[in-house]
Amino acid sequence: MNFDPSHSKRSFSSVGTRPIRPDGVDKVTGRARYGADFNMPGQLVGRILRSPHAHANIRKIDTSKAAQLPGVKAVLTAADLPDLTDGDAAMYDILDNCMARKKALYDGHAVAAVAAIDARTAKQALKLIEVEYELLPHVTDVDQAFAPDAPLINDTIFTTGVDPKPDRPSNVLMRSQFGHGDVDAGMASADFVVERTFKTEQTHQGYIEPHACVASVSSDGTADLWVCTQGHFVYRQHCAQLLGMDASKLRVTSSEIGGGFGGKTHVWAEPVALALSRKVGRPVKLVMTRDEVFRASGPTSATSIDVKIGALKDGTIIAADATLRYSCGPYAGAWAEIGAMTAFACYKLENVRTVGYEVLVNRPKTAAYRAPSAPMAAFAVESAIDELAKKVGMNPIDFRIRNAAQEGTKASYGPVYGPIGIGPTLEAVKNHPHMKAPLGKNQGRGMACGFWFNFGGQTCTDLNIGKDGTVSLAVGTVDVGGSRASLSLVAAEELGIDYSQVRTVIADTSSLGYNDMTDGSRGTFSSSMATISAARNAIKILRERAAQMWDIPVEDVTWEKGHAVAKGETHGNLPKLSLKEIAAASGTTGGPIAGHSEIVADGAGVSFATHICDIEVDPETGATKVLRYTVVQDAGKAVHPTYVEGQYQGGAAQGIGWALNEEYIYGKDGRLQNAGFLDYRIPVCSDLPMIDTQILEIPNPNHPYGVRGVGETSIVPPLAAVANAVSNAVGVRMLHIPMSPPRILAALDA
Amino acid sequence: MRYIRPSSIEDAVGLLAEASGKAAVLAGGSDLLVRMKGGFIEPELIIDIKAIDALRHITESEDGFVIGAAVPCAVLGENAALRRAWPGVVEGANLIGSKQVQGRCTIVGNLCNASPAADSVPALLAAGAKARIRGPAGSRTIAVEMVPVGPGKTSLAPGEIIEAILLDKRQPRSGDAYQRFTPRTEMDIAVVSAAVKLTLDDQGVVQSARVALGAAAPTVLLVEEAAEILTGSRVDDKTLDRLAAVCSGACRPIDDKRGTVEFRRKVAGVLAKRVALAAYQRAGQK
Repeated sequence: MNFDPSHSKRSFSSVGTRPIRPDGVDKVTGRARYGADFNMPGQLVGRILRSPHAHANIRKIDTSKAAQLPGVKAVLTAADLPDLTDGDAAMYDILDNCMARKKALYDGHAVAAVAAIDARTAKQALKLIEVEYELLPHVTDVDQAFAPDAPLINDTIFTTGVDPKPDRPSNVLMRSQFGHGDVDAGMASADFVVERTFKTEQTHQGYIEPHACVASVSSDGTADLWVCTQGHFVYRQHCAQLLGMDASKLRVTSSEIGGGFGGKTHVWAEPVALALSRKVGRPVKLVMTRDEVFRASGPTSATSIDVKIGALKDGTIIAADATLRYSCGPYAGAWAEIGAMTAFACYKLENVRTVGYEVLVNRPKTAAYRAPSAPMAAFAVESAIDELAKKVGMNPIDFRIRNAAQEGTKASYGPVYGPIGIGPTLEAVKNHPHMKAPLGKNQGRGMACGFWFNFGGQTCTDLNIGKDGTVSLAVGTVDVGGSRASLSLVAAEELGIDYSQVRTVIADTSSLGYNDMTDGSRGTFSSSMATISAARNAIKILRERAAQMWDIPVEDVTWEKGHAVAKGETHGNLPKLSLKEIAAASGTTGGPIAGHSEIVADGAGVSFATHICDIEVDPETGATKVLRYTVVQDAGKAVHPTYVEGQYQGGAAQGIGWALNEEYIYGKDGRLQNAGFLDYRIPVCSDLPMIDTQILEIPNPNHPYGVRGVGETSIVPPLAAVANAVSNAVGVRMLHIPMSPPRILAALDA
Repeated sequence: MRYIRPSSIEDAVGLLAEASGKAAVLAGGSDLLVRMKGGFIEPELIIDIKAIDALRHITESEDGFVIGAAVPCAVLGENAALRRAWPGVVEGANLIGSKQVQGRCTIVGNLCNASPAADSVPALLAAGAKARIRGPAGSRTIAVEMVPVGPGKTSLAPGEIIEAILLDKRQPRSGDAYQRFTPRTEMDIAVVSAAVKLTLDDQGVVQSARVALGAAAPTVLLVEEAAEILTGSRVDDKTLDRLAAVCSGACRPIDDKRGTVEFRRKVAGVLAKRVALAAYQRAGQK
């Protein structure tokens, strides 16, 4: 990488302003094209048949009646998707999850699919497919699945990470451990100890737009896929591998996205749509229903977490210990491992240990959800920290400030921190007027901290300068939260031109090099780094062209505020050349002007936040009302502050929903009871107050502008902040998320 | 599937009576269309009654109010006389779904959907509302509590349509109220609900009362014992505690995804107290 990404102090003219987003008008007028808005001539409707059973052997699938129904063009089962994964276990799991091969592993698991001339025929065809199931004992609860006598989901699973290796299979896939120091000795020396077990239920990302795609495989073997995704390059890779195609033959175009939050980083229906199209030779459109979205896509882990923390009389945390059990659906995952890494990341600890267990259950394959695994661990730890502060006799802010990690602290998960924002967010919260506002009857206030790693990853960007001097920026990270506006600002900043002169688009997979997904809060972080690098490459060419136009050495040309400026005594009197003038002359000075960048964006700065929540509880019904909510978070540098605030508010809103009402409810039969937005209760507008935000800017030393990812950390503290608020309001420690009214009432009456 | 939009109630009843396969009456469609899209029912005939003019109005007469079967719930909320006479009925109707849903849904549809959690039904029961039914055998009028017989089931005979809901005129020193419990502020369905209608004498003592509970049994419940407790009282704390206990005891709820038996029992009592107080306050104001 011929590019120095390190941060240097500078002033900004575009970055930090709040222009209108380029995708806004089309979105509010309905012109924007989402996944289900693509159509092709001759396209068929694809539908998927799903298992109604939580756990069953598939003995036989008879598709003959469905195939004979007039209007049905193709019927597909796992037999049409041969295993080409070549020993890649993770890819095999994806294949099996897209279409069950031998066993249905959860209610909603795909077992067959059809393509028909219309939705009605497709629906009718599904009813004609006869599947013979042999029911097996199932287990959907994480603690029950963890128990030694639980029904086995996969008899080839022997827990890894334990010594000696177990001699019999279980649902516990893996044990992981992090930490340092001597926890047992530390705990023995503690003056105060809090020990609790917490539980959180499974939630869905709750994106409003269901998964949708149109797949078109041509008879020459080339193919197109239009799809709603957070990562079209990754979808291409996965689909090509599962279907045995060259990646270059498959062009994937990402649509506008109606929310993803990690849930659109995984393929579900796309390989099936491609396989159907390949089988029938016509385009196939596949749109999931909401019921399918809940039963088969998403969700996050359900958890059960033991926490034990000890403190000395002076308020120092002397030992911290946690055991975290996370459900990962019926397939492999490393969700507890992430929980174990993040659990105590906010604190400076001499003795700390976290142990994670990945637990298989008969539920959908766990998917990433915004700072995956961190909110549950934070709920457990921050609840216990609050209780411990009380025991020590300190207020919860001062107790946290005393123990907060700093630059140079060895993190509980291993690395040593650089400059970080946990201390500053705590100080900001301490001084925030919200903390001093009075509370009424049945009202409580809670606070909590949160951490997220952030990620950089592979990124490729093209910056093309048109003959009129305006700029097209092509990026490969899907815009999920306003990154096109932010990246246009960055290009304008670097080139020294106006924001209006830049248009940023998301290029398809055939038009740009590989890009990792928009995940890990990397979209704006990594693509802004690549954009800066591409712009600097373009400036180099612009300087060369100006030198040519002036007929002077390029070393004597600098770039200032959108202009080439000639330096030195001999040429100092030359009038400067604007980007427009250089672009206009490009046809005679060497052709089009562009800047390219291919980088691995290392050095994503870790992110911290502290939240405050006020809540009122109706003691007679357990009803809750969030009265006031404040988010304080470090952004490194806010490129477009409005969209940074939007990320803060969005994460808080999702976290509040998770804390209070959202949960997957399974019946004894192992079937999901609430696969719809009526009984899976995400908050509506009137359920939430306006969420107040405060952006702190502690520059990331590894980014030219100091940018840190901001998308995920905001969902980490709310579970704990709300739980601490409710616990303070009712005087009973809440241990089970969500704190739905029946659960609150039961806790009060216990 | 056939869709027919008759212009008279006679035609609608005729079509419904003659239908050989599964037929459904469509007014707002906020239950029917959702159930069709969800694949729960596939009617062969849909009879849309919204073109029948007689069903599209609220009329007020000496006897009271006649609310046509095709009147959207939002229109109930815009009728000042109805709001004044039966605020509890109107608040129930205006809690269904969302603003958009209220622009479509009807109280007759809500009644015929026969959900124990129907928001408009408890207040109709408390109000002593009647349903006027048209069928192949002519016309009949029954108390609304006679309509639902179980979840999703009504007492209507084949070919019968409820053409209107009848409410008495505004009564002096009377008040009604409805409240439900939902985890969300809107776009939700009652976990449990309660409605009370009271009439006071000129001393402020309850002369007559009706108490109904929703989502507490297979159908909306009329709790006569609760009405007896309120009658003769001034709705004091002691009365309210007895009312709550009786209402909790009268529940025959189930454990489901929306709430537990214990929760529904307790909150049925809490809501009964709260609506009794609200109804008492309203009754005292007129």
